[in-house]
Amino acid sequence: MNLEKVVFAFFIVLALTLNFGFFIGDIDDPVQHHAYELFAALVISIIATILKVGDRSHMGAVLLATSLVADLQLIVAAMIWGYVVYVSGEGLTPGNMSSIVSMSGGALVANITSVVLLVVETVSVRR
Amino acid sequence: MFNEVIFLIFRRMRVPLIILVLSYAISIVGFTLIPGQDDQGNPWHMDFFHAFYFVSFMGSTIGFGEIPYPFTDAQRYWTIFTIYLTVIAWLYGIGTLISLIQEPAFRRAITHARFVHSVRRLREPFFLVCGYGDTGEHLVRVMVDRHHQAVVVDIDPQRIDHLEISQLPMDVPGLAADAADPTILDDAGLRHPACKGVVALTNDDSANLHIALAGRLLAPDERIIVRAESREAVANLHSFGIHDVINPYDSFAEWLAMAIHSPSLYLIHDWMIGLYRRPLTDLLQPPKGLWIVCGYGRFGKAVYENLRREGVEVVVVDAFPDRNRVPEGTIVGRGTEAKTLQEAGIGQAVGIVAGTNDDADNLSIILTARELKPEIFTVARQNRSRNGALFDSVLSPERGGRHGLLDLVMQPAEMMAQKVVALMMSPMLVRFLAHARQQDNEWANVLVSRIIDVTGEEEHPITWRIKITPEGAPALYEMLSEGRQVLLDDLEHDPRYREKRLHVVPLMIERPGEGDLILPEMDEPLRLGDRILFAGLPEAHGSMALLVHNYSALEYVITGIERPDGVVWRWVDAWRNRKGRERAGT
Repeated sequence: MNLEKVVFAFFIVLALTLNFGFFIGDIDDPVQHHAYELFAALVISIIATILKVGDRSHMGAVLLATSLVADLQLIVAAMIWGYVVYVSGEGLTPGNMSSIVSMSGGALVANITSVVLLVVETVSVRR
Repeated sequence: MFNEVIFLIFRRMRVPLIILVLSYAISIVGFTLIPGQDDQGNPWHMDFFHAFYFVSFMGSTIGFGEIPYPFTDAQRYWTIFTIYLTVIAWLYGIGTLISLIQEPAFRRAITHARFVHSVRRLREPFFLVCGYGDTGEHLVRVMVDRHHQAVVVDIDPQRIDHLEISQLPMDVPGLAADAADPTILDDAGLRHPACKGVVALTNDDSANLHIALAGRLLAPDERIIVRAESREAVANLHSFGIHDVINPYDSFAEWLAMAIHSPSLYLIHDWMIGLYRRPLTDLLQPPKGLWIVCGYGRFGKAVYENLRREGVEVVVVDAFPDRNRVPEGTIVGRGTEAKTLQEAGIGQAVGIVAGTNDDADNLSIILTARELKPEIFTVARQNRSRNGALFDSVLSPERGGRHGLLDLVMQPAEMMAQKVVALMMSPMLVRFLAHARQQDNEWANVLVSRIIDVTGEEEHPITWRIKITPEGAPALYEMLSEGRQVLLDDLEHDPRYREKRLHVVPLMIERPGEGDLILPEMDEPLRLGDRILFAGLPEAHGSMALLVHNYSALEYVITGIERPDGVVWRWVDAWRNRKGRERAGT
């Protein structure tokens, strides 16, 4: 067992689970999507990205790419949130909420891809 | 390669970056959890937007104050904690980055990346020179003087520094790395399309062997020139098909033996592959008779064997007879004292070779010998190029010295470099010289006088090669393809005035499938695919290049008829000829 691999897999899976936790629920209901969950998902996703940077294998490159996509989607979701609440002053209308949640849905797909790749790599190594 | 540097940065920066992200996350979450008060005194919780804003300017110590509302004490308590947390995280991150930049491994990675980049950008043909000692330095300087690009790899960083500050007129990329490593050779351009060959000049036979092997396997079309000291290494190189092997000690000894055996031949060599031009008439004549060789290391051994092969009687003087396994009759001593030289029989000797590996000893031997016997022929081995001024000063005045005590300086590094340059630039010339070595002094005398006839006594001959191929000599190729006969003699006329002969001497014709013709006759008919080696003056080279490229010029020197150039004039000419024939017919 390799501690580095454990930490690596932990963050990748945690990024997915937190992302899923935020995403699940009615798409336009602000009550079912908490800001802390989005924040946690974003922070963990960034940490997972940093862990992937510097891996020179082909798999590492693909993992980095999916992780960057997830970061991008989550950052955009957080920016929409901040914009609608403080800049435009519309508040979390059902329309705004569904844009935020659908952005995080995109990040969820990217995170799922990451985990699938991780599983594929683990299975193919067989050690 | 640049990627590698980026990867190195990110790998090392992982921990600091994660710590930074975590400290920000903890600070932000803390601010959203701690209750505050708004301006009306109502309980208020900071949200992520304001928390991120506050932590961002606090963490970078810009400090805009407590916004949007003045903080409660609980919030200030948390602020104190987060200030130290984020500042330390930043310091750690920046400190790691700076130490990373200063780290030797990182700097090496950067210089390596720069080197690879500059090699990849090379467009003109280049040679890869492995080993930048005295020989490598001579070689690179000569190559650059003749506008040939070189790339240098040496294991010693000091020598690469030396290359960088030596202010060559061309930019020569250099890398401090082990050339025996094939990946390094690859980075240095071994498989670069413009790479013409590899020269392995390190002072380690095994490293040279590795370089040669990598060259043979990875780039089979390239020329490989290797320095090898031991007989085993030479045999090993031959076994995998590398024949351009140079032994530094043997090449020195061969030269000396050649100078004694046939001064004219030595002169021919010196003209044609010498790195530094000497006056043409400067014919050295080392006498035949008893020679004294001081120093019986690898060097002295090679001299001894070569002189014996020429039938010269040799007495050896050596300070360490046990270690060096000296021949019988050896005089023990360094040769710097008069007593030793007298024991060696300097009274009967005609020449002395100071061949120890110490330059001071060699000079001292020469001075002592001349004191004992002023007319003795003196040859000194110069080990280090930095001692050049000392050796030059004891040469005779007409050879650029002052004291006139020394007849011949032999610098192994220079000779190696000279041989490598010849092999690189003109393998055909090297073959010609090898043929010439088989001939006697009479033959060489004739050749020398023929060359002096065409060049005069002041100027130096250069050598060049004409290839009868569509690229090398298009006009000549076309004419021969038409089935017309062209003699070697035809190429030796001035294309401007055909009665005048060009100042050239044809040295050799290389004929595919038939071998080499040495000093071919004037009426030798040329054939497609021939390669002809000429010696002569640079002006003659220019005229000959015009001749083989220009059909009209060639036609003119062969037939005396000036064929017009250009479509219109050719048409006019053809019309005139037709008219002329019609008139003759009527």
